[in-house]
Amino acid sequence: MAKTVLEVKNLKMYYFTNKGVVKAVDDVSFDLKKGEVMGLAGESGCGKSSLGFTLLGMPTPPGKIVDGSIKVDGREIVGLPDDVLRKEVRWEKISMIFQGAMNALNPVFTVGYQMTEPLIYHKGMKQEEALDRAQKYLELVGLDPEVVYRYPHELSGGMKQRVIIAMALLMEPSVVIADEPTTALDVVVQAQIINLMKRLKKELGLSMIFITHDLSILAEISDKVAIMYAGKIVEIGDSEKIYYEPAHPYTQKLLAAIPRLHEDVEKLEFIPGQPPNLINPPKGCRFHPRCPYAMDVCREQEPELKEIDKDHYAACWLL
Amino acid sequence: MAEPILKVENLKKYFPLKRGLLASLRGEPERFVHAVDGVNFEIYKQQVFALVGESGCGKSTTGRLIVKLLEPTDGKIYLEGQDVTEVRTKEEVLAYRRKVQMIFQDPFASLNPRFRIFDVLEEPLLIHGIGETRAEREELIYKALEMVKVTPPEDYVSRFPHMLSGGQRQRVAIARALILNPTFIVADEPVSMLDVSIRAEILELMKDLKDRMGVTYLYITHDLSTARYFADWIAVMYLGRIVEMGPAKRIIDNPLHPYTRALLAAVPEPKPERRNVIKELPIRGEVPSAVEIPPGCRFHPRCIYAQKGLCDVEQPKLVEYEHNHWAECHLVGKF
Ligand SMILES: Nc1ncnc2c1ncn2[C@@H]1O[C@H](COP(=O)(O)OP(=O)(O)OP(=O)(O)O)[C@@H](O)[C@H]1O
Ligand SMILES: Nc1ncnc2c1ncn2[C@@H]1O[C@H](COP(=O)(O)OP(=O)(O)O)[C@@H](O)[C@H]1O
Ligand code: SF4
Ligand code: SF4
Ligand SMILES: [Mg+2]
Ligand SMILES: [Mg+2]
Repeated sequence: MAKTVLEVKNLKMYYFTNKGVVKAVDDVSFDLKKGEVMGLAGESGCGKSSLGFTLLGMPTPPGKIVDGSIKVDGREIVGLPDDVLRKEVRWEKISMIFQGAMNALNPVFTVGYQMTEPLIYHKGMKQEEALDRAQKYLELVGLDPEVVYRYPHELSGGMKQRVIIAMALLMEPSVVIADEPTTALDVVVQAQIINLMKRLKKELGLSMIFITHDLSILAEISDKVAIMYAGKIVEIGDSEKIYYEPAHPYTQKLLAAIPRLHEDVEKLEFIPGQPPNLINPPKGCRFHPRCPYAMDVCREQEPELKEIDKDHYAACWLL
Repeated sequence: MAEPILKVENLKKYFPLKRGLLASLRGEPERFVHAVDGVNFEIYKQQVFALVGESGCGKSTTGRLIVKLLEPTDGKIYLEGQDVTEVRTKEEVLAYRRKVQMIFQDPFASLNPRFRIFDVLEEPLLIHGIGETRAEREELIYKALEMVKVTPPEDYVSRFPHMLSGGQRQRVAIARALILNPTFIVADEPVSMLDVSIRAEILELMKDLKDRMGVTYLYITHDLSTARYFADWIAVMYLGRIVEMGPAKRIIDNPLHPYTRALLAAVPEPKPERRNVIKELPIRGEVPSAVEIPPGCRFHPRCIYAQKGLCDVEQPKLVEYEHNHWAECHLVGKF
């Protein structure tokens, strides 16, 4: 059996804002094996990116990890000082493709400069060595190594996204977190990037957390899927289970909302309302105000994740 | 069949490219973005006509030409038989705008943040002089909000746009388009920026309004799955031209043009069993710039079937290969 590269237990990350405490990641547990891709889905504002940043050990201010554990390759990273995280963990052990990163490339520096700078300054690499490495990874993601000499505006959207992916791979991390890596791209380029990620998964045995709100894209690559709602994982399991035997009403509704390319759908379902404010989430099951099956117990007590089938967990009083 | 509501003939829009001072001093010729480059189609009453394609292919420009936010470089647009390019005076344009409305992609940007919802909806009424008294206008505003299910209206009219969710904002934008009781709506990527569930909600709403109010839509999207769900017809655009057009299901199930096939192959589907299979994408490279249009068939540099001496030389014509099913390719049926 493949080894576990990432182990997350009872993780809580709250934003301490002056309006109150936003419980964006609230008691999240899962693990990820080598060569495995876990998809993370849920509506906007459910805490997907927040979880991603937290796993990198760098919640955005005013966010703080308040509880729980994150083990990368067996090493606990919660509580490590910032400089240790920066030197030994981030990019080396776990890296992230940030939401919208391709548009954040600096227009005044070459691609090569932007790729090698962190290697030289944070990891103490020699310039030549860093440049060699950048070129090697550009080639790996299907770009001409000469791209190191180009500026961002000389590249198409698809090429920029490949550069961003190459950057995340530079230090050969055990885990890559990809936050909406294809969302801004056109459908053909999106499919090309998904193909690239499938290839990296196979050739490098890459372990990945793939974040998107689009369940169709997620199915293209994920071995297992976690569905997040209001800061919590409400269902998690093998992809086939999630897509063909969804257990949680939220997962079921999300899937019923997708128009299908090759199927006649009479009517799309939708979930009325919107995810709750995470300062004062609803009592009991956080989904109860929008759930068509809500019962008295749902309004009072919070359901816990329960194993309903082999490696398939959901948190709902109906189960 | 009846007369079409909207008819577009050989429509063109070229945008001049900004030249550097040096280039103009040297007398270099002015260059153009060929955003829309000879487009023809018809839309019938109470139908949804989808315009699909990658970004930059000219979908929004076509929509903006139809609502007269832009004037065409060449070609004609007819609405209910009336030549839209002849609509010129302020009064004529106003009367035209009342019949043709547009919904935009970004529900966050398309509503004035300083207007309360009441004002957002009253503005078009005031511009078009509808409703004598405030009470009359209020009645129309409440009715429009009820129609798009932002209810009860009294809870929403005094809110500002930022106090609504993304879905509610898009509903208000739709209410603003509907309040004038238009014949025709151009919906430019109305659900692209929304979450799946809200997306489904808005599509259902637009469908319902079509059935109940007899609205006709031009639905602009890059998403073939929603096009199949919502539209009766699909036209696929590439670099300013329609390369294939026909009934929605036929385009999806039996595409004739190599570009349509490539687009369809690229659509992600919620089927995890194929997660380890690398998808064959029958297309090369990325969309070239709309300034330097390739000669011959403009798709040939990316086409895997392109024939030397034919495709790179001669521009194909949009031909009706099967009843109601058009494609612009020399080699239809030969690959
Ligand atoms: N820096 C911050 N300070 C305070 N609250 C924040 C901060 N960043 C995010 N939040 C809040 O935390 C919650 C989760 O946000 P997050 O960005 O993780 O959502 P997401 O699931 O990634 O959404 P999307 O799909 O829109 O990217 C939201 O309620 C958001 O408003
Ligand atoms: N106002 C404008 N000025 C100059 N070029 C424009 C303008 N609007 C659109 N374009 C160009 O015209 C082409 C078609 O754009 P658009 O109609 O927005 O495409 P789509 O909606 O299909 O993405 C693109 O190359 C775009 O950059
Ligand atoms: S616990 Fe109750 S409210 Fe929550 S999803 Fe299950 S049935 Fe619905
Ligand atoms: S005309 Fe030629 S290049 Fe153009 S789509 Fe047809 S086969 Fe391809
Ligand atoms: Mg996010
Ligand atoms: Mg557009």
